[in-house]
Amino acid sequence: MPSEPLVAEHALEFPGGYTRTTGPVIGRFLTELRDGRIVGVRTAEGRVLVPPLEYEPETGEPVTGDYVEVGPAGTVMSWAWVESPRKGHPLDRPFAWALIKLDGADTALVHAVGADDAKAMRPGLRVRPRWKPEADRIGHITDISCFVPEVTAMVAPIRMEYRVRPGRSLSRFLEGVRDGVFLAGRCTHCDKVYVPFRTSCPECGSAISEEVELPDTGTVTTFAINNLPDPRAPEVPFVSAYIQLDGADVPMIALVADVPAHEVRQGMRVRAVWAPPEERTLSMANIRWFAPTGEPDVEL
Amino acid sequence: MREVAVIAFAQTEHTDHDEGLTDFELIHPVIQEVKERSGLSRFGFTCSGSCDYLAGAPFSFVSALDALGAWPPISESHVEMDAAWALYEAWVRLQHGDVDSALVYGFGKSSMGDLREIMTLQLDPYYLAPLGLDQVSFAALQASAYGAGRAELDEIVRRSRADGRNNPRALDLDDPSGEEFAVQPLRPYDVAPITDGAAAIVLAAGDLARELAERPAWITGIAHRIEPHYLGMRDLTRSPSAEAAGRAAGVGKGPVDVAELHAQFSHEELILREALELPAETVVNPSGGPLAANPVMATGLIRIGEAAARILDGGAGRTVAHATSGPCLQHNLVTVLEA
Repeated sequence: MPSEPLVAEHALEFPGGYTRTTGPVIGRFLTELRDGRIVGVRTAEGRVLVPPLEYEPETGEPVTGDYVEVGPAGTVMSWAWVESPRKGHPLDRPFAWALIKLDGADTALVHAVGADDAKAMRPGLRVRPRWKPEADRIGHITDISCFVPEVTAMVAPIRMEYRVRPGRSLSRFLEGVRDGVFLAGRCTHCDKVYVPFRTSCPECGSAISEEVELPDTGTVTTFAINNLPDPRAPEVPFVSAYIQLDGADVPMIALVADVPAHEVRQGMRVRAVWAPPEERTLSMANIRWFAPTGEPDVEL
Repeated sequence: MREVAVIAFAQTEHTDHDEGLTDFELIHPVIQEVKERSGLSRFGFTCSGSCDYLAGAPFSFVSALDALGAWPPISESHVEMDAAWALYEAWVRLQHGDVDSALVYGFGKSSMGDLREIMTLQLDPYYLAPLGLDQVSFAALQASAYGAGRAELDEIVRRSRADGRNNPRALDLDDPSGEEFAVQPLRPYDVAPITDGAAAIVLAAGDLARELAERPAWITGIAHRIEPHYLGMRDLTRSPSAEAAGRAAGVGKGPVDVAELHAQFSHEELILREALELPAETVVNPSGGPLAANPVMATGLIRIGEAAARILDGGAGRTVAHATSGPCLQHNLVTVLEA
């Protein structure tokens, strides 16, 4: 007895393919396909069979000689998604098999749909044939490479460029930030302190002329944990928070760091972490983020 | 109609790999087994079912005759279909009245080739086969059209595999798991496993059946119906041919203790339960069914054998066996067996 099992490789093949005559009905369909048209055949009852068969499946009656151009668009009735195409499949990338009822047909055609992914497929999806180039069409069901979804959306690239200046209020505030202080504006009419500095009161509309310097400490009033990276944040997840600076009546939005995201809480006391003086510019980047001071929480 | 019964059934211990046996080496033990069980060594008629494309050789079934003892010459026939249709032919042959016994067998080794692509060759050669539409793909189209729930499908596979583990002839398959798709919406475990195996049944008519078996499984109804071949001409959400065959065989004329269904994909069980109008109390595929062992070309015959075995062993009084052929349950054979 041989120690290894004997195995022979064996292929069953018709070299060059097996030639089949088509008969007049299938032949007409394939001839029209070669010309880039899809036809169905009308039955005695008036139904349009696509692809054409020689006999009406329900009655066995021969079909009429009446050929009807259908489609080329159609509607997906049901579909199955192939993530890993096999060597015999019509497409070498993921695709769907579908039963497609072409416009004007009473039956469905089985073919491939070249869609981007399974999420693009649904019953009711409108599709159209993608033909092989005319020179490559030979009168074969694969003269249609596949069907593709009809166009229902398009992407319009838009990009405009601007030069933006911060305005007088923000410029003044940024000068403060460059010098390591938070400048606020106090409305003498409402007795409210706004930070960043502004030149008019959003509540009463009065002009604000009184500048107030606020300390760089404050209290977290609310916050969000962000899981998408941001170039300004030290890590993911990171926390963006409303911080009410001591002496201000409105909160300011800023990052909170140097603390695990899940430990950040409302009422937490924080202090600004500044960039070193030599790196400071007229920019909010001077404040890297706020970090906990370690003081007891504040009741909000 | 002449009374005809299943009096003996045998099947191989099916494997998920090639045991290195030729077809006749695979068949021979089960032929011997049904000869012993029935007490018959010669039969009035012999009929088999197999598929040359599984072996990749023309007339491969002829060499399988070596397992029978075909000398002096025997009266023999073959169907290039599941052997359930060989049993149908034998049943028809027994209706002639001149012979009283028949041997039916089926065999297949799916391990040798690529079953998904071999099954492409059964499709319409103009419109479907050139697309390379493979077996799992067309089944997935039907599953999608039917719209079966994932939990329901998982439960069918879980139950089938658990029953299969209790059946020494079926494969030992783990509970289904995994999120990947074979062809969406079907997962790999929704597809019957690649299996090698064979099965044989002895039919006997009237008094011979009573003489040879203590409790023959009488075939009180048997019928098959077919639908158009082109998938787009059919309503894939149901199986009108299984429905018609079930009605013609008289499934609904009495209680059904057990139904053995030739469901090679989990969703097919749902379609078949509806088509055959099986009551909720009917036990479906207690053998594990095709999802636990699928020796192609014998699987349908095994359904009849398993349904008959429940009667032969006294476990059931009335059972139903279903066999199918063609893409997406195109062609269906329903057999009703009674004690």
